[in-house]
Amino acid sequence: MLMKSTQRLLTVKNLAVDFDTPRGLVNAVTDVSFHVDEGEMVAVVGESGSGKSVTAYSALGLLSTGGRVVADTINYLGQDLLRAGRNLLKATRGNEISMIFQSPQTALNPIRPIGIQITDVLRAHQQLSRAEATKRAIAALEAVDIQDATRRLQSYPFEFSGGMCQRALIAMALACEPRLLLADEPTTGLDVTTQKTVMDLIATLTRSRNMSTLFITHDLGLAAQYCDRIIIMQNGRVVEEGETAKIFNDPRDNYTKRLLAATPHLHSRLVDLLPPAERRPFLAPVAATSASASSACSEREVVLKVDLLVREYGLGPARRRIFEKLWPARRVETPNTSMLRAVDGISFQIGAGECVGLVGESGCGKTTTSRLIAKLIKPTAGSIQLLGEEIGADDPRTFARSHKRKLIQMVFQDPSSSLDPQRTAFEAIADPLMRLEGVKRSTELRDRIEIICDLAGLSTDLMDRYPHQLSGGQKARVGIARAIAVKPALVVLDEPTSALDVSVQAVVLNQLSKLKRELGLSYLFVTHDLNVVRLLCDRVLVMKSGKIVEQGSTEALFGAPKHEYTRQLLAASPTIRFRSAAYSG
Amino acid sequence: MLSSFILRRLLAAAPTLLALVVSTFLIIRVLPGDPAIFFASSPVPTAEEITYVRQKLGLDRSVPEQLVIYMSDVASGDLGTSFTTGRPVLTELLERLPASLELALVALLLAVGVSIPLGVTAAIWSGSPLDHAARAISSIGVSMPTFVTGLILIYVFFLQLGIAPEPVDRIDIFIAQPPRISGFLLVDSLLAQNWEALSSAAQRLALPSITMAIFVMSPLTRMTRSAMIGVLNADFIRTARAMGLSDWTIYVRYGLRNALLPVLTTGGIVFSTMLGSNVLVERVFGWPGIGGFALNALLASDYAPVQGFVLVMGVLLILINLTIDISYGIADPRARRST
Amino acid sequence: MSRSFSFVSHACALVVRNPISLGSVAMISLLAILALFGPHLVPYDPNLTDLSIPFSPPTAGHWFGTDQVGRDVFSRVIVATRIDLMVAICAVALSFFAGILIGASSGYYGGSLDLWVSRATDMVQVFPLFVLAMALVAALGTDMRNIVLATAIVNLPFYVRLTRAEMIILRAQMFVEAARVAGNGDGRIMCRVLLPNALPNLMIQLSVNLGWAILNAASLSFIGLGIRPPTPEWGIMVAEGATHVVAGNWWLVIFPGLLLTLAVFSFNLLGDALRDLFDIRTR
Repeated sequence: MLMKSTQRLLTVKNLAVDFDTPRGLVNAVTDVSFHVDEGEMVAVVGESGSGKSVTAYSALGLLSTGGRVVADTINYLGQDLLRAGRNLLKATRGNEISMIFQSPQTALNPIRPIGIQITDVLRAHQQLSRAEATKRAIAALEAVDIQDATRRLQSYPFEFSGGMCQRALIAMALACEPRLLLADEPTTGLDVTTQKTVMDLIATLTRSRNMSTLFITHDLGLAAQYCDRIIIMQNGRVVEEGETAKIFNDPRDNYTKRLLAATPHLHSRLVDLLPPAERRPFLAPVAATSASASSACSEREVVLKVDLLVREYGLGPARRRIFEKLWPARRVETPNTSMLRAVDGISFQIGAGECVGLVGESGCGKTTTSRLIAKLIKPTAGSIQLLGEEIGADDPRTFARSHKRKLIQMVFQDPSSSLDPQRTAFEAIADPLMRLEGVKRSTELRDRIEIICDLAGLSTDLMDRYPHQLSGGQKARVGIARAIAVKPALVVLDEPTSALDVSVQAVVLNQLSKLKRELGLSYLFVTHDLNVVRLLCDRVLVMKSGKIVEQGSTEALFGAPKHEYTRQLLAASPTIRFRSAAYSG
Repeated sequence: MLSSFILRRLLAAAPTLLALVVSTFLIIRVLPGDPAIFFASSPVPTAEEITYVRQKLGLDRSVPEQLVIYMSDVASGDLGTSFTTGRPVLTELLERLPASLELALVALLLAVGVSIPLGVTAAIWSGSPLDHAARAISSIGVSMPTFVTGLILIYVFFLQLGIAPEPVDRIDIFIAQPPRISGFLLVDSLLAQNWEALSSAAQRLALPSITMAIFVMSPLTRMTRSAMIGVLNADFIRTARAMGLSDWTIYVRYGLRNALLPVLTTGGIVFSTMLGSNVLVERVFGWPGIGGFALNALLASDYAPVQGFVLVMGVLLILINLTIDISYGIADPRARRST
Repeated sequence: MSRSFSFVSHACALVVRNPISLGSVAMISLLAILALFGPHLVPYDPNLTDLSIPFSPPTAGHWFGTDQVGRDVFSRVIVATRIDLMVAICAVALSFFAGILIGASSGYYGGSLDLWVSRATDMVQVFPLFVLAMALVAALGTDMRNIVLATAIVNLPFYVRLTRAEMIILRAQMFVEAARVAGNGDGRIMCRVLLPNALPNLMIQLSVNLGWAILNAASLSFIGLGIRPPTPEWGIMVAEGATHVVAGNWWLVIFPGLLLTLAVFSFNLLGDALRDLFDIRTR
């Protein structure tokens, strides 16, 4: 860091934001103070409910109605933004201070061409003719590496991928050359490789224009890789702030330590994700670890064997003929291009007690694979053998009522949409017991559910609650409890923790590991997060465009990746230069 | 892109048109009794008459053949003859169609002209007394049947206040009518520069169109309001505000334009509702439109006009839906994508 | 047992919380009482003519005045509640259950069933609503049973479409996949998972439909295609009074019109309350 006299761009002192909700007054942000200097990238890191986004929105006066902003100072280059008139605020927004948002596709006007949206911003702040504004818009798009910018001016957001939308949004935000960029979780929901592209772009632009960026995120690893300073927020307050190196090497606050611990990049053991005081229940018995280590290479009973599995989507022959008649120009395509091979001949095995990770980016076919294995959809070709029995050809509907159904269970991605909103947690867990084991409503059912809750770390007084009355972590545990209720042989987990806060994820991952040990389960763990795979899985399958490009043990894959794509994925994961001294041993 | 979209929409309308003709055919065939008697040219037909009609309609042949005969008749414009007036049904309908259309269009313009600003205001000041009042008034409007609304309006404005003219016909019989070019009196009077006729026609249009407009104000206002609220809470409006765009750009160019998409669809539904309820309004106001004509025919057991009326209404509805679809495709580029 | 109890207590809580729901429930209860006990509550026989006092304006003796043959308008209006309400409830019940059955199967199973059902609903919806009702009643005859049938047929496509759309959205939800993994077959999934989740939106349609069905029955009677005189019915009363409005006898139209509007209004308001009642998330 060069020591030069840098200007202080943004100063915020004692910010407090309250919301009037039907359930009473909510203090979203309390007593928050920070500053952003010229040329630096500052991260605001926090989990859900930390108030990090609200803080950024208040700076620009963008809060929705119902929010009351109170502060000693919100000052930008000497101008008071808090008490500013509407004209001053409008002149500042997009011009001096710009903001970019999460979910870029919805952040853009869906029925207005991208080019016009950019020229709208330009002409709102500068006296430009339409031709001049168009030229500047093209330049803006080129600065964010969008090829063929002149033609892209007329494109609509739905014609862009997620990453391109975000870059277009950045072009819009930077068109008037602001000095401060507020970035609210700009890469959440993007693939790891796209995430890297966008973050690199933001970092490059920040440096080259001597701009400053306030980067809001829940990902400490990402913040560490790109930002000079980090501000940690929890429950609406700032708990710690400082230079990145200092935060990692010498964290003061307990919450900071917990957050550092929960970040998967930094550790090699699953239990390290938790603070020491909470590790006891999850520590594996010493005898078991050495036993599992020795059996790693020896014969394991094969639980799942998949051979040349294929799943195609496309038009049936009749519709294809009609299709070709109406759009004869399309006929030139070869027969295969009107069919989509989501899964293109994959083969792998899962042994007893093994956790196999399935990684890939969006569209690679891992979700389809998980549905095929869980017998929710039927494969077009190939075999699936469960404990020696062929189940590939079984129709999903009849499989649901066969005795084999209880051998494979599933934990779904978004806990909010995988629980029936009209049923209680008790009913959700009782469902497989009643359907697959014929247990009737009785004390036996209650007893068994109590045991399952205990195993999954769920308190029994949550049983009568509906999903909308449960927190994200609690819902995730209900989903897990439901999956292990009938003691399956294989559990397919489809991104079970991607919607959770890191600290909650830490607990849930440890819980999953413990359950696997105690119940002798096998896991097919589908995820996009390589760091989680490294901690939890014994072996890894890397998927791209429907094919498995590499598979092997976790150490081998991470240590010496063979395939180019695997190397790309590993390189794109945020790497942290600091070793955390928070917890040792 | 756009032209292929329009072509696809037109093609999609073809089977619907076919379904319409078949449905119309089926409904009348469901009538108990001998269809020959219904379609004969007088209430008490002679035996030769019945035989002639039976042959003409092909009633001695199988149902599918009858359908083919019916379809070819329709295609050549032969919708039968009305025995109450003695003229071909198609002629009668075409003569009266402009009256109904003019009424429906003026009512639509009125409804849209009031509902959209009302809905937008209610959305921007949502939760305020104005919002509640707007919703309450339009809710009552849709709960009152058009014939009651019409009669109340006649009672107040014609009888008590004497402002409105007598609720009979489209224009004062003592005023010279302009030459019929489009059939729309407002347009024809304007073209002929016959200001007396224009004023009289407008006055007579007032009450019936207000009656119809009141009935459809509620769905339009409600849809505009909820579409506007939905749009104002959308992410892209937050982006627009964050980029410092002017209020006009945000609320009108970004907000209203996007909100009008679902309103467009509702407008189509509303217009077709008006086409349905015009029978009632025409009854109350003595309006010489196709609804009144068909109703009189129905009550006189003259069924050919009824069948023709149902067919024409269906065609109008298909045309309206087509127009709405195409307009939607022009307004929303996402709709033009070939799925 | 505890489920039904919590349902009722939830219903009471909702009604009390929201004055609009309270108002509409109160009005509907009033209408129900009038429909059930109307003939016993009225001062005069609705069909009793008294040619000595035709066209008498509202007085203490006749609250709503008398009509052209001296019948008491108040008694007729009250007694008329039963007919329109009954027609509406029967018609909507018919189309509700049939529509849900057809729409759910169509949306859930897809395939050729879906194709045929969509074609059929297209064929019905190709006409403006009232025109179709008119045509059906004309074709089938004008007794009450046919009015109910015609109204039900005209309404059917809405429920089919709505249920089908809900099914298509819901069946892609993860909790449906979870139910299948838990061993539930098609029937169980449709009845115990999908329909309860589709119910809130269906309820709104139900209440709006009830309002519309009442309007429809009255409108058909107004043009002479519905219930026949001398049965007291709101639409007929307005029709008979329409010819006399111009002479200044406003009470013949206003009072039946008012009650008609009130009935439709109450059902329209009920929609939101019904949806909240069936949606667990509002508890």
